[in-house]
Amino acid sequence: MSEYILEMNHIVKEFSGVRALDDVNLKVKPGEIMAICGENGAGKSTLMNVLSGVYPYGEYSGDIVYNGEVCKFHSIKDSEHKGIVIIHQELALSPFLSIAENVFIGNERKKGGIIDWTATRREAQELLARVGLEHENVNVPVNSLGVGKQQLIEIAKALGKKADLLILDEPTAALNDKESAQLLELMLQLKKQGMTCIIISHKLNEISYVADSITIIRDGHTIETLHKGVDDFSEDRIIKGMVGRELTNRYPKRENCPIGDVIFEVKDWNVYHPDDAHRQVLKNINIKVRAGEVVGLAGLMGAGRTELAMSLFGHSYGQKISGQVLMNGRPVEMKNVRQAINNKLAYVSEDRKTYGLVLIDSIKFNMTLSALSNFFSHNGVVDHHNEALKAEEYRNLINVKTTSVDQAVGSLSGGNQQKVVLAKWMLTQPDVLILDEPTRGIDVGAKYEIYCVINELAKAGKAVIIISSEMPEIIGTCDRTYVLNEGEIAGELSGDEITQEAIMGCIMAHNRKGDA
Amino acid sequence: MENTAVKTAPASKKVNLSMKQYGMVLALIAVYLIFAALTGGKNLSAINVNNLIMQNGYVIILAVGMLLCVLTGNVDLGVGSVVASCGAVAGTLIVDFGVSTPVAMLAALAVGALFGVFVGFFVSKLAIPPFIVTLATMLMGRGICYVILQSQTKGPLPADYNWISTGFLPTIKVGAVDGASGVDLVSIAIAIVVAVLIVLAEIKNIATTKKHGLPMVPTWQLIIKDAVIIGIEFFFFYKLACFSGVPVLLILLAIVVGIYHFITTQTVAGRQIYAMGGNAKAARLSGINTEKVFFWVYANMGLLCGVAGIVLSARNASATPKAGDQFEMDAIASCYIGGAATSGGVGTIIGAVVGALIMGVLNNGMSLAGFDTNVQKIVKGAVLLGAVTIDLLSKRKKG
Repeated sequence: MSEYILEMNHIVKEFSGVRALDDVNLKVKPGEIMAICGENGAGKSTLMNVLSGVYPYGEYSGDIVYNGEVCKFHSIKDSEHKGIVIIHQELALSPFLSIAENVFIGNERKKGGIIDWTATRREAQELLARVGLEHENVNVPVNSLGVGKQQLIEIAKALGKKADLLILDEPTAALNDKESAQLLELMLQLKKQGMTCIIISHKLNEISYVADSITIIRDGHTIETLHKGVDDFSEDRIIKGMVGRELTNRYPKRENCPIGDVIFEVKDWNVYHPDDAHRQVLKNINIKVRAGEVVGLAGLMGAGRTELAMSLFGHSYGQKISGQVLMNGRPVEMKNVRQAINNKLAYVSEDRKTYGLVLIDSIKFNMTLSALSNFFSHNGVVDHHNEALKAEEYRNLINVKTTSVDQAVGSLSGGNQQKVVLAKWMLTQPDVLILDEPTRGIDVGAKYEIYCVINELAKAGKAVIIISSEMPEIIGTCDRTYVLNEGEIAGELSGDEITQEAIMGCIMAHNRKGDA
Repeated sequence: MENTAVKTAPASKKVNLSMKQYGMVLALIAVYLIFAALTGGKNLSAINVNNLIMQNGYVIILAVGMLLCVLTGNVDLGVGSVVASCGAVAGTLIVDFGVSTPVAMLAALAVGALFGVFVGFFVSKLAIPPFIVTLATMLMGRGICYVILQSQTKGPLPADYNWISTGFLPTIKVGAVDGASGVDLVSIAIAIVVAVLIVLAEIKNIATTKKHGLPMVPTWQLIIKDAVIIGIEFFFFYKLACFSGVPVLLILLAIVVGIYHFITTQTVAGRQIYAMGGNAKAARLSGINTEKVFFWVYANMGLLCGVAGIVLSARNASATPKAGDQFEMDAIASCYIGGAATSGGVGTIIGAVVGALIMGVLNNGMSLAGFDTNVQKIVKGAVLLGAVTIDLLSKRKKG
């Protein structure tokens, strides 16, 4: 028997003439955690789809050897039968079905074609215990759980399929730090029980923590494999492999950017939950942002950062909103999104696919959507000429990699989509921009470009507010940051004071105050 | 001043004419020619070309309004009943109350708009799914129509009312010899004007494409495309010229289609409908008042039902309680045959019109060829399913 549980040899996969994978080799030892790193579009997901049978045998060339046996998977069912289970980034749970039903979906416990509910519930309970959810009631609908727990349900589901090779595609992308840590611990625990894991993630700190070896893919080629204890496992080393050069500074310096007067001020902002008029989500928020300043909103998931941004942006969230917003010292009314845009506030939403873009429409269509009535029309008639010019100008300005502004946004990579959303809001000519998770799920190179755009905006005298769950991003890009916790400002840090420890310190101190 | 930032693409950049865009037009021609063969050329006759317009006018008007509903990702099921109610109001006012034609027409439009506002209020302000609201108006509208007409047919309607569906523009006939009715110069003149407009629009289009440095379609392909379009156009007007000239209804259709084509392609309002259909959440956060868009789309559908109600009752010279039965299905089918997506955000007015014409040519051809009415339904259903299947499969292959 071979030393490896899985060998993928000379894998080539083409999409209409373009080689997405070009002679990729991957070797995984039993019981190890292998991380696959690469920029977006490098071919990581394609490789995993080849492995799990999403692209059936015959659509690629090369060999997959699993447990010493050459495998020809024709569908996901085939690979699952062998014990290879993939958990995709988008969770495959049916929200209104119970936990137990979800755990055994497609793999039902049955007697003679009839669902055996007793076995379903009992075995679901056992599987939940293995992923650390022993206190959950298996009969409640899965949508009553948070995303973190839903991710664990997915793993329980995989365990139910008797997986011995688990593939996790960006498992922590939607999780907060605490949930991510929990998931990583679970991976280490499963490893002890003999499980082999392949993890794809952009979060390099998590990879260097959890992985035994790292295979780096760039432009469809395997570049190198690093082993724990043998090679340098630092984030900088991994990035060097991914981008093929040393990225000396992941956060570009902002130079010659004078900070001016306060142009955006929020006073005593109170917001209640949209479905529950008694639940106060934000309490007495007071913030100030100056021209040319980049200010962070740090905090854990659920701290109320997105809720604050959306309630400010034309009351898009919440009810019984009270408080005052001042733009350039003048109180302004922003009861709907149109008023917010007209008062020169822009909100670049998190989750660009759901809240930011119309994926079926073109880059041009999306770029001008918010600014259409103010800058690209006369008496309600669209000025197509000016629209095409500006879209082309911004495509070049922020380097959207595409052949034409008429291309559908849905066909672009995440990084390019994010640039389109940024351009869309820059075109509304705002004074204040709130960027909500501006670099989530995009690769290192595109992140750098987005940071450069943020710097340009600050230099142009705009006030920029950044919401980010990645603390290094707040530290690397912001002049000053507010720390939010449970709907209140828990602290304010500026300059060199902004460190992970200080941010967590504010949150802890605030929690203690709340408990007292 | 910022224009310098724009790079002009090399002039050599060429792209072939997208056949997909014109696939439905080709399908229309194919269906027409197949029935020309099946009927021994009966459907090519001058009188039949004229009938095609007069028989299908209402479907085209409704398909135009329905397309906006379909763009939001929904449909309006109440269309047929509202059309009947509008016709019933106009017919009753004229026959029982002796009201003048213009007043009766305005009343029909007002009733249609009222229905539209009613639906719009429920779907936008109260966020009730349009499927349910319009299912309700389908039942209520039919009932109201029977109540107004007391289950009877009201007629005959006066000639000045019927003129809109049966009248013709003035004609100047030449060459009327040996019993042949001659050729109408007015029709030919209109045909020439339309041809010139098509050519001018193409030249303007080429100029803007060049100016923006976008990839160009080879000139010979454009010439073939325009030659085919103008050829069809001349065939069509020549046939009309040989009959009684240009129907008034054709002018009405041109105005309706023109207005809505302009709204969907050139205005902010049109853009907002597409954005909302493509992603309502993103549209809302882009400053689009989606409630308002929803309201106006359905209010507008009601108004166009009023127009269709007038056209239908004028063609029949009477208002009947059974009028407009299943018109909603014809209108919805036209939109989908014309390339609109059930999920919303995709579709064009011209596509919907071509879809309506395909349905119309099919109906007309099958009647002329003597198909049983039951068989006709089977064929129409199959064509709808086939057209949408081919459309979706070809999109999937591309992706």
